[in-house]
Amino acid sequence: MITVTINGKKIQAKEGQTIMEAAVANGISIPHLCHEKRLAPVGACRLCQVEVNREPVLACSTKVASGLTILTESKELTSRRRSVLELLLSEHKVACTTCDADGDCKLQDYAYRYGADEFLFGSYQRKDEPILNYTSANLGIEHDSEKCIRCGRCVRYCREVQGVTALTFDGRGIEMKINTAHGRDLHASDCELCGGCIRVCPTGAMREKGAKGLGRKKDLVKTQTTCTYCGVGCQLELNVNPKTNKVVRVTTRPGMGLNDGNLCGKGHFSYDFISSPERLTKPLIRANGTFRQATWEEAISLSAKKLRKIRDNYGPQSIAFLSSCRCTNEENYLMQKLARTAGGTNNIDQCATTCHAPTIAGLASAFGSGAMTNSVAEIKDCKVLFIIGSNPTEAHPIVGLEMKKAMARGAKLIVCDPRSTWMAERADIHIKHRPGSDNMLINALMNFIIKEKLHDEKFVQERCENFEAFADNLKPYSIKRAAEYCGVSREDIKDAARIYSEGQPSAIFYTLGITEHSCGTDNVKNLANLAMLSGQIGKWASGVNPLRGQNNVQGACDMCAMPHRLPGYQKLNDPKVREKFEKAWGVPLPTNEGGRVTHFIEGAGSGELRGFYVMGEDPVMSEPNQSKVVKHLKQLDFLVCQEIFMSETAKLAHVILPGACYAEKDGTFTASERRVQRIRKAVKAPGVSRADWQIICDISTAMGYPMKYSNPSDIFNEMASLNPSYAGMDYGRIEKNGLQWPCPDKDHCGTVFLHKGDFKRGKGLFQPIVFQPQKEEPDKKYPLILSTGRTLYHYNVGNMTRKSGISNQKEKECFVEINSATADKHGILDGNQIKVITRRGSISAVAKVSRRVREDSIWMPFHFVEASANILTNDVFDPVTATAEYKCCAARLEVGAGL
Amino acid sequence: MTKALKQEGIDLSFMSKIVSTHVPFSREDLIGSLQETQDHYGYLPEEVMDKLAELTSTPVALIYGIATFYSQFHLKPHGKYAIKLCRGTACHVKEAPKISSAISSHLGIKDGETTNDMLFSLESVACLGTCFLSPVMLIGDQYYGKLTPESAIEVLENIAKENKAK
Repeated sequence: MITVTINGKKIQAKEGQTIMEAAVANGISIPHLCHEKRLAPVGACRLCQVEVNREPVLACSTKVASGLTILTESKELTSRRRSVLELLLSEHKVACTTCDADGDCKLQDYAYRYGADEFLFGSYQRKDEPILNYTSANLGIEHDSEKCIRCGRCVRYCREVQGVTALTFDGRGIEMKINTAHGRDLHASDCELCGGCIRVCPTGAMREKGAKGLGRKKDLVKTQTTCTYCGVGCQLELNVNPKTNKVVRVTTRPGMGLNDGNLCGKGHFSYDFISSPERLTKPLIRANGTFRQATWEEAISLSAKKLRKIRDNYGPQSIAFLSSCRCTNEENYLMQKLARTAGGTNNIDQCATTCHAPTIAGLASAFGSGAMTNSVAEIKDCKVLFIIGSNPTEAHPIVGLEMKKAMARGAKLIVCDPRSTWMAERADIHIKHRPGSDNMLINALMNFIIKEKLHDEKFVQERCENFEAFADNLKPYSIKRAAEYCGVSREDIKDAARIYSEGQPSAIFYTLGITEHSCGTDNVKNLANLAMLSGQIGKWASGVNPLRGQNNVQGACDMCAMPHRLPGYQKLNDPKVREKFEKAWGVPLPTNEGGRVTHFIEGAGSGELRGFYVMGEDPVMSEPNQSKVVKHLKQLDFLVCQEIFMSETAKLAHVILPGACYAEKDGTFTASERRVQRIRKAVKAPGVSRADWQIICDISTAMGYPMKYSNPSDIFNEMASLNPSYAGMDYGRIEKNGLQWPCPDKDHCGTVFLHKGDFKRGKGLFQPIVFQPQKEEPDKKYPLILSTGRTLYHYNVGNMTRKSGISNQKEKECFVEINSATADKHGILDGNQIKVITRRGSISAVAKVSRRVREDSIWMPFHFVEASANILTNDVFDPVTATAEYKCCAARLEVGAGL
Repeated sequence: MTKALKQEGIDLSFMSKIVSTHVPFSREDLIGSLQETQDHYGYLPEEVMDKLAELTSTPVALIYGIATFYSQFHLKPHGKYAIKLCRGTACHVKEAPKISSAISSHLGIKDGETTNDMLFSLESVACLGTCFLSPVMLIGDQYYGKLTPESAIEVLENIAKENKAK
């Protein structure tokens, strides 16, 4: 520690800190424009000059030294700062009266504070017509170069934080401006539309185009909430104009949540769905082949009566409830309670079955707990990142940013992915293995680790069990065999084994490339094996980390909207657990087996399932083999959908109940890192639509099991009293930063990383995994392997992001990635419209020819209803969790005639 | 112009050659390779910068930023002979502006422009550092000093003649 004196006060500063950092840490503010704490200092604006021994120095780029006497304000400094500001104002279009940044502009604030005269050096006069630039055609971002003070924050953020460099300084001197390469349209440049340039701009130069004229800072009310897209759990503020009941823009700032001021394009821009005219505003009932508007009373009583009658006539297996990872914890808790009380059935599931159910099953069997073992904040401290079947910069962009930080600090990067993702292209080792060959690869890797004695013997002996059987099983998996089958180099596998096992520390990150296979649960178990073998778990920045796909998929699982467990993953068949819940809920719990969403779809076809209540899910778009799903759902006696939009599934419903979206209700989401965070009501829901928890209560009451809560907090408290991992939480405790489960009592401050000292289940369980090939192998007729997945600009079934002009401008249509060698063979050129065909059906898409995918594979997103990839996917399932094999099916391409 | 070139197609194979002389390629090699590129193509066409970005995994915006920062780089087709006319203090007092306007009217181009036959470009520079020759201009690596409007035009005429003869 170093002692310095600032404004006559002695303070302690850390070695290596700048004067600016030391001052801020001690609550002293120094004016600045180009400085931003996430960016390397450049000392460009000269506003942060302070006096050190009467000499002016720049606070942002001068390190503290012992004994410095610093003055941050003086007559002389005021005069200097005023001059700096007056020079800036002479080039700045002072148009505060019509500027959206009025009241939210640092230049304006400082000019006021130091009394800068905007006319001193001649005020800015616009001579020409409005200047067209690289943002003129973009729907999301608008850059007004006449308001730009060239502090370079946007350019530096784009390069240093986002790692993109879409923006640059064009030219120099007085004519220098911010531009893309060649002045290309922003959406045609490398820009990822993260909105970071807007968030760091100190003036009104970079702004949301869509927010223009809709309200200035003084008109807007900010409500902090949790992002509704992926499972990272970013904190943001919805800026609402109460006069119009509209979200005008989204903001966030460093220090607010784990995203620390960063967002991706979906978080920053894709909020227009909230006030979309396509929102459902009234309950609808099917009549004469179409829908008619109905009252809540009518829609609720009809739904309740139908479900009840079907259950009474045909038994508990005849009705099913599909809860939603998009909805809150409170709503998921209520949905499974509704199924098990008023519904009298264990037929309750949610979309984790589609994605991460193998994570729960696999990690729970190995460790006793099925969640991300570490926290997002630990990622930057990883020394080795082992990323498999995961594309974080697109699917979990903020986790991607943390990984970029780790890389900047020298972390080694191993990526196992059949595609050359952003991370793969920058990896120390990229194992571009054949889709579906994960266990062949991991088994060989572990075999090599044991052979070379790279494993952590002490950890294996003391903390794990069943090692012998596990090691025995690995014997047939040689590096040679794996390299041949996976189509990768032997040395790469060996190097990956060495680097991972020797990392200090290493962490595994995976996503749906691991789980969405017919061997998904096995894949997860094998990653658990790898971590245990190398002793890379149970410590800071080391463990097994599934990145969850949806905002509240972690929470929906924690609430156990699933057939065989009760909230907190408590076993349904444990008599003590049953007794606890029966006492709390006042009814006996159902005893039927219960099924997964995939069983519901099958059951609808076979006639076993007759009534189906779907909340916030669109199985028509998200389940494999779409034509079959539609056919089966049409056979139901009664289908009720609770939705915010007319989804493809809702179109088949008998009753549609309009729900409120995340911006219109209170509740909690649980992020991937097990952090329970608040969402808060910012706008009124459209029409007569209601929060999902209110609708569930009404349905339950109408079905004969009265449910009444005055607010979501009451539901949370009831849930926490029954769920030991959440027992210590309440709205008061999670208000500011949330809490990470397990949090067993009110004095517990949450758990940053899991399995320290002991695994949840006691000893970590090694499980021998036998490699199983994909269910539908490529053959002569269908020679390629098709995988599906997500892109940066859209989200899942596209229900929300496809309504955003900004996302659509960047990525407007379905495409299929093809290797250039494959394309040559087929005579396909980049941009050709082609047909992708599997045994289930065919769709048309634009060819994207590159070296991104392997020669034996093709890849496409599943966001586009007009070219729905799930027409193609194979409805074969993981035997444990019924998760479909979205990542592997056999396909062929067709070009030319008939398109 | 760029459009026309696009139709004709620029031969990008030279870029692989440049990149192959900088292995492994680092950010420090950018300015050098841009100079070599300009020497070859005469200027820095858009697609050439894109190719350099692609081959070296460098963001194209970074390359564009460098290319626009230094006045030695040209993003538009440039005359075969670049006339760098000194506007420094010494030349200025010795009536460099008169020489500039004489050249402008002779070639029919303004400062910063290129003649239609792509032979000459005119650009004023701050100081060539050869004040003893003032007023002075630099064409290629040849200085022409103690100019008068007439002698300057004569120099240009001679170059044009020689070029035709070649």
